[in-house]
Order: sequence, then C-alpha cells, then structure tokens
Amino acid sequence: MNKLLILGAGTGGTIMANKMRKELSRDEWKITIIDQHKTHYYQPGFLFIPFGYYKKEDVIKPKQNFLPPGVNSIYQKVEKIEADANKLTLANGEILNYDILIIATGTRINPDETPGLKGELWHKKIYDFYTIEGAIALGKFFKTWEGGNLVINIADNPIKCPVAPLEFAFFADAFFTDRGMRDKVNITYVTPLSGAFTKPRSSKLLGSLLEEKNINLVPDFFLGEVDNENQKIIDFGGKEIPFDCMISIPLHNGDPVIEESGLGDDFGFVPADKHTLQSNAHENIFVIGDAGNFPTSKAGSVVHFMAEILHENLLCYIENRPLTGSFDGHSNCFIETGHGKGALIDFNYETEPLPGYFPLPGIGPMGLLKVTRLNHYGKLMFRWIYWHILLRGKDMPIDADMTMAGKKVD
Amino acid sequence: MATKNYAGVTVDVNEEGYFTDPGQWTKEVAAEIAKEEGIDLTDKHLEVLDYLRTKFISGEALSIRGINKSGVVDVKTFYQLFPGAPLKKSTKIAGIPKPSSCV
Repeated sequence: MNKLLILGAGTGGTIMANKMRKELSRDEWKITIIDQHKTHYYQPGFLFIPFGYYKKEDVIKPKQNFLPPGVNSIYQKVEKIEADANKLTLANGEILNYDILIIATGTRINPDETPGLKGELWHKKIYDFYTIEGAIALGKFFKTWEGGNLVINIADNPIKCPVAPLEFAFFADAFFTDRGMRDKVNITYVTPLSGAFTKPRSSKLLGSLLEEKNINLVPDFFLGEVDNENQKIIDFGGKEIPFDCMISIPLHNGDPVIEESGLGDDFGFVPADKHTLQSNAHENIFVIGDAGNFPTSKAGSVVHFMAEILHENLLCYIENRPLTGSFDGHSNCFIETGHGKGALIDFNYETEPLPGYFPLPGIGPMGLLKVTRLNHYGKLMFRWIYWHILLRGKDMPIDADMTMAGKKVD
Repeated sequence: MATKNYAGVTVDVNEEGYFTDPGQWTKEVAAEIAKEEGIDLTDKHLEVLDYLRTKFISGEALSIRGINKSGVVDVKTFYQLFPGAPLKKSTKIAGIPKPSSCV
C-alpha cells in the first residue's frame, strides 16, 4: 500500500485531501492528513471581527466536516520530519512513513521576533487581527475606545493576505465615521513598502483611496522595536511614530516544525519550485500555499489555484511522467473598501493587477481595480463558497491560469 | 530601455536606474553609482553587495529581515552603510533589481 501524507488540514491540505481521495484508488493509496488543531478557521473573516461585522461563530467549523471518507485524520503535533528517511514522528512518539508528503503547514505571526512588540501593551493597546484571539480582543477594545492615534503597521513582508491591512484601514475609517467619532481618530498606515501597495497600478488606486479617506501614509518604514512606555514604534533608521492604539501585522514565519526539521529557509518557508510546487531538496515532497517560499501572495485564492496544478503534478509523479502542471502565480483578491463597497484585483507572477473587467460565469463581469458594490457582495459571498465548494475541492468557475480577457493593457 | 555610463562602462538600466542585466556590474561601476548616492564604498559595503548579489543570483528574495539573519551585517549597521532606504540603495549599487515584495 502506497502512502500519501498531508501535513496541515487548513485550506491547502483539506482541498488536496478531497481531490486526491477522489483520484487515487483506495486499494493502492492510503491518504493520511495530520494537524495539531481540530478547528478550521475561515481566516479572511478575521478582518470583519474587530468591527463587529462577524462573530467568532461565523468563522469556525470542525476540520473533520471537510474531510472525505477514506481519508485517515490524525490530530497530533508533529515533532520532526526526517525527509531523507521519508518519515515523521508525532508528539505521541508514533512514526509515520510516506511515499509522498504534501507540506501545507501555512504561516503564522511571530510577534516575539520584534523587541517590545509582545510587551505589556500587547492586547491592551497593541493588537493583531491575524489570530482569532487578537481579532476578538480588538473588537472589545474598539467598543469603548474614545479615539486618538490609530497606527496600522506592517513589520515586514512577506505577510499573509497583503491587502488585509489596507482593508483594515478602510474599515476603520468607515467604522469610526459611522460611530460619529472619525474626527477623534487619526489613522496612519505605516508600511515597509514605498507606497500603499506593491505593484504600480494597484498602488496608485489604493494610495488615492487612502488620501480620499484621510488616512496618512508612512512608507519605507521597517519596524525595529516598540517602545511600550512612550507608546511609539521605532524603525531601524530611528524614525518614530506615536500611537494610542496600534494594529500590528507582525513578522511571519513558517511552522516551527519546518525549521526544526531543517526544511526551511531563513524564515521557515520551504524552498520549492514556483511552477511545479515540488520541493527543491526532495522530489517526493510537494508544497502548497503559505508554507512555501513562492513569490506570490500568501492567500487562500492562490492555494485554490495551486491545488489544481498540484493535483496534476502528483499524478505525473506517481505515474513517473515529467511534471506538466505549471503554476503561473495566479492570485485573485477582493478588497473591502468600506461602506458596502469593494475592489477586485487579479494578477500572476508576470502580470501586475490591471484595470478592466473580470469575467465571472453566472454572476457577470466584476470591475477590476475599481470600487463597486458588486465586489463587496463578491467578498461576502466568498465565505459561503469557501465552506461549501472550495474546501471540498469542487470545481469553481475560475481557471487556475490567469486570463487576460477583460483586462486593459496600455 | 535606458543606458547609463559608469566608469567607462555602458550599462542597461530601468526607469528607476536599477540594472536590468546584473552581469554588467563591476566593483568600479559600483563605486560610481555609490558616489551618485553620496556613499564612499568601503570593504564592508562590498561585503554586503557581494552577499546581496549571491542571494539574488541564487533566486532568493531579499529583505531587511533576511539581512539581519545573514551574519554579514546587522540592521543598524546596514542603515549606517546605506542611509535612508538601505535595501533600495544597496540593491541599486549591487547592480540587481529593486526587491519587489510579493503581493
């Protein structure tokens, strides 16, 4: 009996378990998925929690609900992966062998790496919204906050969902406007990038939105430390910004087990081919999503597109054929801009987000790089799609390869 | 595409002045670009440039965090060597593209 082991039952691991169980004969392949946690979080929903738009119940479900029959699930921490011996050890001492390993262990925030960030003000005046605990604590804080300097800071890239901090800024503007206290809240967006966003055209649109909403932009700021006593953040070059409430997007790392097993780069992300998704170091290890060092967004839409390519390449590998699946870096993100509107960007490794229309069968063209009501509904609808279609590995009406149809090129 | 002349060598650059062909780089060229940025190159600068070029050529992403972990230079020194926007300045002088953080 051949063994396919999937490490991580988040978005990528769950999709792959569903796809491969459908594909591989149960007489020939045993599929096992391992995760230390039993709860699946709909992470795009964390952004909505601090503003009271979503509650905890809206973003959690048991992982087991999304795994098909015929997949063996183990809820245990992994102690160590011994890639040269094709085996791993669980926390309870059990040893599992594999023929193929899929690493889908994701990424997590690492506030401990920045001096002072996880100090006495952590979850009192400094909050993250990339964990359920942070998002809920911030929601409570906002209920009674009387205003002041609200600083949104990205410590350094890469981070999960690079548009989320901007969406947070737009939501904060809308939220405090609705509460009639926007004049008491000074919002500053502090980023290591040279502008609001990375690529020129989207940076221009998003930058002008910040201006329109009276949100200050501080670019080229690399967070060095947090001064808890004087409530300010200081960059490596000595620049200081005072805060009354700071929303931190801390440094991100891969799962500790990756680093401990010697499989990661400096930050614990697994080096892998950005097109075939095969590990650089071991040919029977494949990587999906945030766990890899791929030069694209760490985001659910990317994982979903990667899953199709990985499905194809796993079959190639099993049948001893050259890997024909090639991931193009496709990413597709709705960006909430507040007050019931949103924008949409669609891009890949080579093509920056362009304006135009995105053809979505059954729903109609969605405006690209422009603020529309339909894009906001697209984002809200996505939660349903995520739970019911995406995680279960069913087909979606969007191709894994990015299309140029509808995009305007100068 | 634009070209620029440094130390008698014509190099291809993009609209922001970054090299499009890192193979055209030499230490003499680097010294001239550094001068434009108001920096006198020392051995420590060259050590950092060498690290950046090696990382870039092996296809790895460059970041302030990575430099801090490199053992070549800590971030404080990196800022002293290339004041203001160290990653942008150093990559320009190293003759490699401006690091584009992934979207």
